[in-house]
Amino acid sequence: MPVKTFIEAIREGLAEEMRRDPTTIVLGEDVGLKGGVFLATDGLHGEFGDDRVIDTPLTESMIVGASIGAAVNGLRPIAEIQFADFIFPAFNQILSEAARMRYRSNNALGVPMTIRAPYGGGVHGALYHSQSVEAFFTHIPGLKVVIPSTPYDAKGLLRSSIRNDDPVLFFEHKKMYRSVRGEVPDGEYTVPLGRAQVTRVGSRVTVVAYGLMAHYALEAADRAAEDGISVEVVDVRTLRPLDRETLLSSVRKTGKCLVVYEDNKFGGYGAEIAAIVAEEAFEFLDGPVTRVAGPDVPGVPYNHVLEDWFMVNPDKILAAIRTLAAY
Amino acid sequence: MAATPRTREEQPPVDGGDPSVNVGKPGAEHGKSAARLGADLGLDDDALVGMYRMVALARAIDERMWILNRSGRIPFVISGQGHEGAQVGITWALRRAHDWIAPFYRSIATCLTFGMTARDMMTAQYATANDPSSGGRQMPGHYGHPSHNIVSVSSPVATQILHAVGIALAARIRGTDQVAMTFMGEGSSNQGDVHEGLNFAAIHHLPFVLVVENNGYAISVPATKELALPDVAARASGYGIPGVVVDGADVLACYRASKIAVERARRGEGPTLIEAKVTRLTGHSSDDQQTKYRAAEELTAERARDALPHFREQLRAVGILDDATVARIDAENRVIVDDATTYAEAQPDPDPATALDHVYAEGVEGTF
Repeated sequence: MPVKTFIEAIREGLAEEMRRDPTTIVLGEDVGLKGGVFLATDGLHGEFGDDRVIDTPLTESMIVGASIGAAVNGLRPIAEIQFADFIFPAFNQILSEAARMRYRSNNALGVPMTIRAPYGGGVHGALYHSQSVEAFFTHIPGLKVVIPSTPYDAKGLLRSSIRNDDPVLFFEHKKMYRSVRGEVPDGEYTVPLGRAQVTRVGSRVTVVAYGLMAHYALEAADRAAEDGISVEVVDVRTLRPLDRETLLSSVRKTGKCLVVYEDNKFGGYGAEIAAIVAEEAFEFLDGPVTRVAGPDVPGVPYNHVLEDWFMVNPDKILAAIRTLAAY
Repeated sequence: MAATPRTREEQPPVDGGDPSVNVGKPGAEHGKSAARLGADLGLDDDALVGMYRMVALARAIDERMWILNRSGRIPFVISGQGHEGAQVGITWALRRAHDWIAPFYRSIATCLTFGMTARDMMTAQYATANDPSSGGRQMPGHYGHPSHNIVSVSSPVATQILHAVGIALAARIRGTDQVAMTFMGEGSSNQGDVHEGLNFAAIHHLPFVLVVENNGYAISVPATKELALPDVAARASGYGIPGVVVDGADVLACYRASKIAVERARRGEGPTLIEAKVTRLTGHSSDDQQTKYRAAEELTAERARDALPHFREQLRAVGILDDATVARIDAENRVIVDDATTYAEAQPDPDPATALDHVYAEGVEGTF
């Protein structure tokens, strides 16, 4: 099976979906001739032309708002927000309009739109090129939020997102674009939304993670095994809808749950996971639901020492696993 | 009910005219002779009467909403009184069930002209289960009707301009020959989405028309504190598109401006900004007391800018309307409004068991 980088899988997913469905368009800043600042859309303009690969002005609200209208009138827009950090000017369109259109029109109007945005730190992007923004969107009914961690999942989940009849936020950890490789089969396949995956089977501690953290969790689990601690890793993959069953069945088996996320700890997505586990698997727990997350500062600092201080890494996860296992 | 708006095919071409100039100033083009009123616009007498009937119907529905509110039958009203003439004239130039509109909360006459019925409007007031706008989920005034190509309205203002721009983008890409028109107040024109939308629509020459219904107030804030310009339309030059100021009390001038803009859009020549100077005859909403910030003299003067009597006298002066016809239309509208009220009042409330429906499309994967 061919091995590809994370971004190659995304690029292929976009191109194949555009070939399959002529109603798909891509729009965003620099997505045309340049092919995106990370080259996620490289080659699409040459193949599909001006009408279907649209360079927009620096107008995030317009990119999303016009995508909503285009979706209402028969297209399937794939909007790129160049960095997740810059999605906030579009927040009103996503929250007030895209998320509510189906509900407020009593199911008469849907918004089949995918918004792709690179997120995450560890790339010397400092405060405004490193943010994890998923919690803002997982809070909103009507939106779906996807964060893949492997090239296989990225391509398969992207296909499912584009074909989905609801607005999907598709966040890609930019540190993984070229550092993560994996097998991606040729030909048609999809990964369904709303399914978590157990990426490592274990018995004593469940670690729940997504995106880059799903890789760090596996690395920490491997090292914990050297200490004789058997760790199960659940890669959430779709944050909303959340696959509660896979999550809860793992915790019911291990009795211990560690949630790992890169966002600021307070009020982050992992807090919801912790609450669900506490509510629905309390009698199976043999220790406190624990979180490892980013510190509560307004952004990831630029200086490499400060950035290292901010970032969750396998060492921090391993330390938390040991503490929880010993509880 | 009302006559069907003329389609593009049925109308002769407009005879030129520079859209970037004021149209419809009093005494400009119309009323030269009885036989010719509307002829240069391709409007025959039936169409003119149909337009009048629609303006009057919108007013009658609107007035009924206030009575229902003040008598405690419905909790909230947001009104279009003073805007009806501009709304009917401008919307009349579109092709129903083909073009798209993204209305705003005062768009009662717009939505009626584009295909919604009095029953549709009144079920929205009563928030009944069969309210076509939202099934009782939104406040009154948040109209929508997808089978008539009317986009659902939300409460944050000016968001809809981008939806209409996107609809126009899709129309161009799909080659549907559709025009997307959106409506807002002058207060909304200060939102960033307006700039982003006009800029993009102008760059791509999209079939898009932005209608600003300038009634001089954003709730209580007067236009002098909203704009440093007398006309919102002046901003159009900043996007390289025509900006048109039209007298909102002159229905035919509004139709003319819209017809020019719509045909320009359909020819692929890009968007137009139409600013209709209208008046707001009521408070911002049923929760507002406008006498707190508008002087009695001003309110009296604003009555003189009401399109309904203006249009009626215009048609009467050329013999298209007479007292008997006016009385008949009023009586017919009363029947329509009575029927809509009785009908809406009898419709059931939504079942709370359905309140979780339609957050997502049916058959989605996973749990929430």
